[in-house]
Amino acid sequence: MSGSESVTNVLMVGVGGQGIMLASEILSGTALLAGYDVTKSEVHGMSQRGGSVNSHVRFGPEVFSPLIPAGQAHFVVALEKLEALRWAGYLVPGGTMIVNDFRLDPATVTTGKLTYPEDVIERLKSLQDCRVRVVDGPALSVQAGDFRTMNTVVLGALSSMLELSEEYWYKGMEERITRKNLLQINTRAFELGRQAAQDGNRN
Amino acid sequence: MGRFQQRAIIQHEIDMATRPSEKVIKAGKVFLSGNEAVAHSAWAAGVRFATGYPGTPSTEILETLVGFPEVHCEWAPNEKVALETAAGASLGGIRSLVTMKHVGLNVAADPLMTLAYTGVKGGLVVISADDPGMHSSQNEQDNRNYARFAKVPMFEPADSAEVVEYLKEAYALSERYELPVLFRMTTRICHSKSPAFTGPRTDVPPTGYEKDFVRNVMVPANARIMRVELQRKMNELLREVETSALNRIERRGELGVITSGNIYNYVREALPGVSVLKLGITWPLPEKMIAGFASSCERTFVVEELDPFLETEIRAMGVPLSATPRPRPQVDEMSPEKVAELFSESRPEIAVADQAGQTLEIAPRPPVLCPGCSHRGVFMVLKKMRLTVTGDIGCYTLSALPPLESMDTCLCMGASVGMAYGLERAIGRQSKKKVVAVIGDSTFLHSGIAPLLNIVYNGGKTVTVILDNRTTAMTGHNENPGSGKRIDGEPAPGIDFEALSRALGVEFVETVDPYNIDKFREVMEQALAFDGPAVVVASRACVLIPDERRQLKPKVNLDQEACNACGACFRIGCPALSMDSETGKCRLNTLLCAGCGLCTTSCPTGALGL
Repeated sequence: MSGSESVTNVLMVGVGGQGIMLASEILSGTALLAGYDVTKSEVHGMSQRGGSVNSHVRFGPEVFSPLIPAGQAHFVVALEKLEALRWAGYLVPGGTMIVNDFRLDPATVTTGKLTYPEDVIERLKSLQDCRVRVVDGPALSVQAGDFRTMNTVVLGALSSMLELSEEYWYKGMEERITRKNLLQINTRAFELGRQAAQDGNRN
Repeated sequence: MGRFQQRAIIQHEIDMATRPSEKVIKAGKVFLSGNEAVAHSAWAAGVRFATGYPGTPSTEILETLVGFPEVHCEWAPNEKVALETAAGASLGGIRSLVTMKHVGLNVAADPLMTLAYTGVKGGLVVISADDPGMHSSQNEQDNRNYARFAKVPMFEPADSAEVVEYLKEAYALSERYELPVLFRMTTRICHSKSPAFTGPRTDVPPTGYEKDFVRNVMVPANARIMRVELQRKMNELLREVETSALNRIERRGELGVITSGNIYNYVREALPGVSVLKLGITWPLPEKMIAGFASSCERTFVVEELDPFLETEIRAMGVPLSATPRPRPQVDEMSPEKVAELFSESRPEIAVADQAGQTLEIAPRPPVLCPGCSHRGVFMVLKKMRLTVTGDIGCYTLSALPPLESMDTCLCMGASVGMAYGLERAIGRQSKKKVVAVIGDSTFLHSGIAPLLNIVYNGGKTVTVILDNRTTAMTGHNENPGSGKRIDGEPAPGIDFEALSRALGVEFVETVDPYNIDKFREVMEQALAFDGPAVVVASRACVLIPDERRQLKPKVNLDQEACNACGACFRIGCPALSMDSETGKCRLNTLLCAGCGLCTTSCPTGALGL
């Protein structure tokens, strides 16, 4: 595979309803403010009803394909653990998996047909040639004031690993979250995620 | 010059304005999905009338355009009605837009085939949003074939910036040749965002209606004349596409690739060193340009998605094409890595891939009916009654999946009603496998009325269940003639399903709340026993309609002590219920629970109660 070495590829995955679309909107907006060419691709429709959801975000001086080629994602950002495992194959060698420590059983598990592996994080950590960062989204989002901000907590963690200026991230959030009280809670969630990841990076 | 540089130049030529919500449209560099780009560009092109039927991946076009001033937007009951309405608007001299998903064009194919003969007056563009890979569709038909079939010009943009640019040209060409234009997009264009440059609106005043017998009345004598006229137009177009700026050659290496649409982006990504002939207009094809490009390259390949449309046509021109080292799959959508694979002698290795999945099967996460979904009660009953259910297109199609598994067929919009009747004719009404048709409100109004009339007319006794949840839910809660509102939220007369059924001659017509499953079962038994066609309307608004959700107050209580881990509640497939992996007992997610109470009817111990 060729070409776009200077393009950053972020694959965001999770479950319909977790806020993947908003998170990838904010990331795209931030990269646009930083002056990059940006593409973002996802599938709506059937996949919304509690199914597996993914959003491809790519930015760089010039981006062609809106889809990240398999095995070329620099970051896989997973809002749910099983989804992290499902999409791990998209990582480039040396890439980073950011995984929210949160479990949502798919219908195939709730009905007892299949099992949800108890050791997802261990499995991820045993993968060759990639870094794994675990984010405690459930706790940090509640600390921020709303469980539903898990998506911005995880986005905050991602922000600490991308070279996009902090100022653009805040502007990116302001552009996408118009209600003031929601913006406040989300900003707090973002900061908590960012701080936690920075502490983790130093360790 | 790269794509991004091209964008930057256009950007300087456009002034910035403000947002659509303020009735002034944001111009300049905007991050838009392909669908939003269609809306912006249609408005800018002076479109005055827009209509369509919701269908993934096309739905957001009209949902966006309705926020713009100066354009009258509508949801039509189906795609045929939409195209015919637009044909009328065009006849009246205004620019019009019609949107639909790929299978919608099958429904609208009847007017399209002859509209090519009559031609149009005000520019008319038909958006066909194809779904390679079937993310949200029942098939992956390649609608490029329709352009050749109907003999109409076809445009294929590659991204949002091109959507804006091409649509403007599509309207100009439509009026120049007085032909409807097919504007083909795919899921990855419709639902991908990239920067585009939008401009101000150019008003195109109505030119008015003029009677023209030969042109507009397609009786055989006139159709023969207009058929020749269509051929003349296409021959003229053949000359124009040779010099169109929308077909362009990019010189890089000795190897050449001919491509179109989003596949161009994959080619640029995967094969940075090749020369490219990028076709923006893919019908009719520029023969001389293609032959010239091929002769200037050492070897020439076609890279496309789904059918070998370009390849077949180009080979038929006698232009020598080389086969890619690996054959191109004609099924499923393309991707950058699939394009790379076509040209690699060995399979590329993907480093981290599959390490995770090697040792275990990762439980799939299929979409499911929402907690509190009004369809759930219907399918719980149909399953219990062991009925054969011919199904249709909508959220309720999910009931065919485990654990409900209570739908036997899904073919196309409206098929449930005709199929139930035909199946009953074949196996007999007294068969143990009693047949019922299940169809959603919007789908019934789209194409379920005629087959119901057919049952009445031909003496059938089939039972049809209409799921009236007052919205077109699957595509994102769009209004329809049954919902009581128009696309802009203005009130509209909502259709009365009971009165409509009676008017068609159905004598047994009952409306039931599907949350009341005992009553629903009772009515179903009466309908099946009735000596004549029957309609049961399961009436309950979609739980995702905000006003509806607020009305559902009493939450379900779970008494963990009383639960005996029998698992009966899991068989209704509610996402709010899950199995405790250690005890096998029920766990209730109170955040998800909508309070419909259907699970309490499935619980034999009373552990789940209201």
